Amino acid sequence: MIPEFGHLALTLALAIACVQSVLPILGAGRGNVQWMQTARTTAILQAVLIAIAFGALMRSFMVSDFSVLNVVENSHSLKPMLFKMAGTWGSHEGSLLLWVFILAVFGAAVAVFGSNIPLSLKARTLSVQAWITVGFLSFLLFTSNPFLRVFPVPLDGNDLNPLLQDVGLAIHPPLLYIGYVGFSIVFSFAVAALIEGRVDPAWARWVRPWTLAAWVSLTAGITLGSWWAYYELGWGGWWFWDPVENVSFMPWLLGTALLHSAIVTEKRDTFKSWTILLAILTFSLSLLGTFIVRSGLLTSVHAFAVDPERGVYILALLGVSIGGSLTLFAARAGAMEPGGIFGTISRETGLMINNLLLATATATVLFGTLYPLFLEAIAGEKISVGPPFFNASFIPIMLPLVIVMGVGPFLPWKRADLPGVLTRLKWVAGISILAMIGVWYWTTKGPALGVLSIGAAVWLLLATMMEWSKRVKLFQEPFGASLRRARNLPRASHGMTLAHAGLAVCILGFVGSSAWKEEVVTFVEPGTDVKIAGFDVRFQGVEREMGPNYITQIGTLVVAKDGQFITTLHPERRTYPVAQSTTTESAIRQTVAGDLYASIVEPSAQSARGKWTLRIIYEPLVNFIWFGAALIVLGGLFSLSDRRLRVGVPKKRISRAVPAPAE
Amino acid sequence: MKRILMTLPMVLVLILGAFLYWGLNPDRNPNEIPSPLLGKSVPDFTLAGIDGVDVGGFGSAELSSGGIKLVNVFASWCVPCRAEHGVLIKLAARENVQLYGINYKDKPTDAQQWLAEMGNPYAAVGSDFSGRVGIEWGVSGVPETFIVSPDGVILYHYRGPLVGDTALRDFGEGLRRAREQIGQS
Repeated sequence: MIPEFGHLALTLALAIACVQSVLPILGAGRGNVQWMQTARTTAILQAVLIAIAFGALMRSFMVSDFSVLNVVENSHSLKPMLFKMAGTWGSHEGSLLLWVFILAVFGAAVAVFGSNIPLSLKARTLSVQAWITVGFLSFLLFTSNPFLRVFPVPLDGNDLNPLLQDVGLAIHPPLLYIGYVGFSIVFSFAVAALIEGRVDPAWARWVRPWTLAAWVSLTAGITLGSWWAYYELGWGGWWFWDPVENVSFMPWLLGTALLHSAIVTEKRDTFKSWTILLAILTFSLSLLGTFIVRSGLLTSVHAFAVDPERGVYILALLGVSIGGSLTLFAARAGAMEPGGIFGTISRETGLMINNLLLATATATVLFGTLYPLFLEAIAGEKISVGPPFFNASFIPIMLPLVIVMGVGPFLPWKRADLPGVLTRLKWVAGISILAMIGVWYWTTKGPALGVLSIGAAVWLLLATMMEWSKRVKLFQEPFGASLRRARNLPRASHGMTLAHAGLAVCILGFVGSSAWKEEVVTFVEPGTDVKIAGFDVRFQGVEREMGPNYITQIGTLVVAKDGQFITTLHPERRTYPVAQSTTTESAIRQTVAGDLYASIVEPSAQSARGKWTLRIIYEPLVNFIWFGAALIVLGGLFSLSDRRLRVGVPKKRISRAVPAPAE
Repeated sequence: MKRILMTLPMVLVLILGAFLYWGLNPDRNPNEIPSPLLGKSVPDFTLAGIDGVDVGGFGSAELSSGGIKLVNVFASWCVPCRAEHGVLIKLAARENVQLYGINYKDKPTDAQQWLAEMGNPYAAVGSDFSGRVGIEWGVSGVPETFIVSPDGVILYHYRGPLVGDTALRDFGEGLRRAREQIGQS
């Protein structure tokens, strides 16, 4: 009964979304306040109905209702409760329901919290948001109904992939989706502004918190996914330039550009059509990601079950939303008058360079991701594009960006004194060069690009810290006065410092763990010694043990350095009998300097019977990535809590308009 | 000018959309990345025969003359090879092809016993105990089967056992195309 209830709720939500997609926007055109105000009710009602449907599906998973096909295919009665719940979004249908749910929650959040937004803009925005909801709800109901029953009822489910039984993965998709889908509201704002034909600083200010909330979630989601691949999958790396990773990374890159160009639109009333275009394209890339993951278009380690019919439906949705919005853009954006003018050397120029480089980087990733498809369509050849392409093209684009990032915050709006700023930064430049020489002196093994990137990261970190200390007049005034200044500084300013410093820390991690990584893969028998990065590792053997729903083989490795015992590592190989699959649980010794990472696999060739394949990796500085990413997220949250974002442009003091990220 | 610039994103997206639509073709399998050896001559090698097997070893010389040939990589320790073996026997008897076997990382005595027990469809069997020749052929797992043209060019590469309808259909298609390519019916 409950699943039918959920199905009914979804159908009702579709009907309400249809109303919302027509009535408020017509009201805005005719100046009918009542029609416009219906958006508030319908948006909230829609979110509640989809929440009911989502809850109904989750309940079916929690009580293991095997009369629901989706539960049979994606769950098992022996699974721990947390993973039964996470199974709700483990399949194509369930995750799409989550997608639509987040879409509706963002719409409702604008309806509830956006009290400082003019009624007509709000009505139009919510109508556009409802167009997206109608598209995806109908897709869900007509091609991927999660509530389908199955008869006769099977005795038990087919398990969720044991790889997916991990806390990191259980929360990774929801966070990623909040990011992905969160950009929908920015898209709706942009389309509404195009329809209205007016973009001004106030518009940029209303859009910024939503962009920030989506961006913060996307950052956290991508980091968690990467962290999960590194610690759980035993892949021995944190980023693989896999198509599905790329499609989550592209909205992030472009969203970052949007975040910065919206600042220019807000403060200087310029870059208007560019900001609108970025808002449209960022969400378009999110849609493209949804399409690629669910259509089996490209070869990938991720991806859901493939169904061409679904692919055509999503592609049609993509065509209507992206094509439609860009047609509107072509018709209207030309008429937007440019605002404030600025000099060649100014903060505006700095942010323009930021935007150009980020857009180029996004285009590069997009091209590399889709190149196999282009080539196959034109020449009939099949290839795969891997890390060498992306490393060779992406890093050289990002390096200048990092250099400019160090200078940018020092530049005032309109006109700046570049030689003056550079004089101020001469010590920072000196220390960065010293750092590069130091690294080069310590080891000449890694690539030159690695040494250069370390220098860039040190430059960014120091320049960011210097900019902050300049603001609070650290060491120039008594400490107490500096502290007071720090407290009075807008939160967004602290946020920028945190995020920029976080990126610098991340880069140290990216470079350290890829340029100076050491790896040994070898056959081992009990008693075999392996040397890596100054460590002596001895393989003691493997023991069998039973887990709750798996059988595990635990290896023992004794790690020593210079004859001193350091630690023992226990990499595992788990076999899940129900799912008939095995997983690798790597063992990691984590330190600030780097991770020693070991995993074992039984060899496939029987000629090596009794031996194990041991893989040991030393990844220097890898933990800087997670720490840096945490700083970036924290910076975003700081900025989000800035009270300037909560108040309207004509300084009205409305305290309850807190833009909260959707749960 | 400005109008053209503003229209550019839409045009680019439409072109991209056309490619994506093309990519949805259900017959397309993006996971199938062909062997880089296709269209190239067989690698240079000679393999000794196995003691107690009535056919001898072979090398690149044998593969570069005569008619269309199949080269099958197998091992006695490989379970799918056992399943595939009956298919190979039928294939060698029915199709007008010569079947060569590369015995991959296998003890000669085991291989000899296996062939004696299951029957020997091969025109020649070479022992690749070290696996060196397998590497040259780009073998990633056993069993694998190659189709080689009369002048020793690799025309087709199938990874996995030739068991089941899909595998046989794909392989038959490969064989048919190979024959078309060399103008033989």
